[in-house]
Amino acid sequence: MTLFLENARLIDPEALTESTGNLVIHNGVIAAIGAMSAPADAQVIDCRGACLAPGIVDIGVKIGEPGERHRESFRTAGLAAAAGGVTTIIARPDTLPAIDTPETLEFVTRRAAEAPVRIRHMAALTKGREGREMTEIGFLLDAGAVAFTDCDHVTTDTRVLGRALTYARSLGALVIGHPQEPGLSKGAAVTSGKFASLRGLPGVSPMAERMGLDRDLALVEMTGARYHADQITTARSLPALERARAAGLDVTAGISIHHLTLNEFDVGDYRTFFKLTPPLRSEEDRLAMVAAVADGLIDVICSMHTPADEESKRLPFEEAASGAVALETFLPAAMRLVHAGHLSLPQLFRAMALNPARRLGLPQGRLAEGAPADLVLFDPDAPFVLDRTTLRSKSKNTPFDGTRMEGKTLATFVGGVQVYRNEN
Amino acid sequence: MAFRARHLLGIEHLTQEDIRTVLDLADRYVELNRRTVKRTDVLAGMTQINMFFENSTRTQSSFELAGKRLGADVMNMSMQTSSVKKGETLIDTAMTLNAMHPDLLVVRHGSSGAVNLLAEKVNCAVLNAGDGKHEHPTQALLDALTIRRAKGRIGRLTVAICGDVAHSRVARSNLILLNKMENRVRLIGPPTLMPAGISEFGCEVYDDMRAGLEGADVVMMLRLQKERMDGGFIPSEREYFHRYGLDAEKLSYAKDDAIVMHPGPMNRGVEIDGEIADDINRSVIQEQVEMGVAVRMACMDLLAQNLRAERGRAATEGTYV
Repeated sequence: MTLFLENARLIDPEALTESTGNLVIHNGVIAAIGAMSAPADAQVIDCRGACLAPGIVDIGVKIGEPGERHRESFRTAGLAAAAGGVTTIIARPDTLPAIDTPETLEFVTRRAAEAPVRIRHMAALTKGREGREMTEIGFLLDAGAVAFTDCDHVTTDTRVLGRALTYARSLGALVIGHPQEPGLSKGAAVTSGKFASLRGLPGVSPMAERMGLDRDLALVEMTGARYHADQITTARSLPALERARAAGLDVTAGISIHHLTLNEFDVGDYRTFFKLTPPLRSEEDRLAMVAAVADGLIDVICSMHTPADEESKRLPFEEAASGAVALETFLPAAMRLVHAGHLSLPQLFRAMALNPARRLGLPQGRLAEGAPADLVLFDPDAPFVLDRTTLRSKSKNTPFDGTRMEGKTLATFVGGVQVYRNEN
Repeated sequence: MAFRARHLLGIEHLTQEDIRTVLDLADRYVELNRRTVKRTDVLAGMTQINMFFENSTRTQSSFELAGKRLGADVMNMSMQTSSVKKGETLIDTAMTLNAMHPDLLVVRHGSSGAVNLLAEKVNCAVLNAGDGKHEHPTQALLDALTIRRAKGRIGRLTVAICGDVAHSRVARSNLILLNKMENRVRLIGPPTLMPAGISEFGCEVYDDMRAGLEGADVVMMLRLQKERMDGGFIPSEREYFHRYGLDAEKLSYAKDDAIVMHPGPMNRGVEIDGEIADDINRSVIQEQVEMGVAVRMACMDLLAQNLRAERGRAATEGTYV
């Protein structure tokens, strides 16, 4: 089976270039890129000048299996991902129960076959994500875990975390941390400051993230582990990250698309769909983070897709659940950064596809001969108004409901197979 | 006539003119309340429900009395013992009550923003009787009325608000109102009881009480919650009284004719010295309670007028509100 995609705007995040050309897919792999003509037996797709980029590799997607399938299943998450140009989901282990044994990992691996996109799993770093005993990191690696994380549960016992990092290092496993000082962030619903005081909501200082990161980086220095910070969202954390890089520590960092496109004032009149973990930050912080992504100091942009049902969101702000769905709105939200002139398309796909794949040791994320044909074809300028009821996710908790957005996925390919086509 | 609001959720949404309209009408209700026959019928036939998710004797009885004097049918719902305890959500509770066709809903809730959430779901007028650490608009309005009657104006005054500003919805609503009416506001308290970013609200912040009281026309004391006294935010009750309790010596830094206010209930010997509280030349604490009933009557009267107008419009247009 050979596919010939012609007349595409090719986005290459490795070379950081854009060019017009064609692309040949053969046996699920990118066989050729350039100005050549269609092979004899190929099925031809005219891209009509639309952008063709490596599919998004999204670290940290919450899927409700096991335990909360009413919020999201592998099938619905996969459909949403395909429609959003996400070709590899890296699923979170903060399920009920947590993915902390090879048996539960095997269960979700089997269930994930229902999704039309690739799904890889992370496993918990400690049993039950309780921060007391490390999980069977070796067995879990053998069973396919790509990284180890307790998600938003911070391991407060530094001895436990230190040992887990040491053990993980011996196996070459990547540990993903959530930098936060839990003593400061306990009970917080928003970032402390003018907005929190105006609305009378409990706030957390951005310094809590810096303190959490400082602690984690000290432990990384002590143990030599491979470490990725799931979300770095404030300017105060950046110097610490820079120092760790300069010192040669194996450290990377990510940020959610919401923290790059929204700020604390978007919460407005207690709108719970804007309640996130960590909370939205100031505009100064947002701009500093966008610049850090452009510079490459922040490596990865993720969706932090967190489905929450209406009941858990239709509550007073402090009591409401945290998190937002984002698989389908990830690309159009990210296009805001391109349209605003902050990032180029290749820079964007470096952070959304190339870097996350590299960090996890996956072959995806590249627009190169021999790479898996996981691709997204999209129109970066197509405007639309988001209607949350049309989302494919079971949960509709998006902060972008009713928002004007630009950027539509036209088609998504996973391993050379078209898994999504925009009918409009 | 100004005051077009459908709900009274916070001072934030009111204009100077709105505030003056409430205070002018409240002045008339003060006169009424001092007569032997205190009843009018402006709310006759209307139903007022008081929903207090947090305990309050003073505010609830003030609203109850205000409603009864205006001729409304008043029902108190004690939410501590209701189905909320059985796991019903706030919105379901609101929808249930809404189905009984109340006209005025008076709500107090422990979470900031809870009253806003509830107001979106019902088709009657909602009065915020205090939500979390957010707002307590009728308290700020009754304080404004008390000040205006004592000082002859509500504007161009130096007002010192002292104590636990961080946890106080009274302080927030007063700060917003006093700023709107063009006063100079000072906040006094230990830094652990000051909210972050508060200096951006157009006020001066002091941790030295004497410096903060210098030349003040109005001294507004805040209640310090018992649970905040033991080491969490301040070292002890006695150190707090020593540094931030209002006594004659500290009050001497304010203007000679400065008035002393307190939203109640007071902790004598913690934030305020008993002698100051009882000094009829300085303390207007009893007047505040009296103004409270009048201000709440004025607010409910105005909201009921708007509700009637809205329903009248809806009736002529053939829709039901």
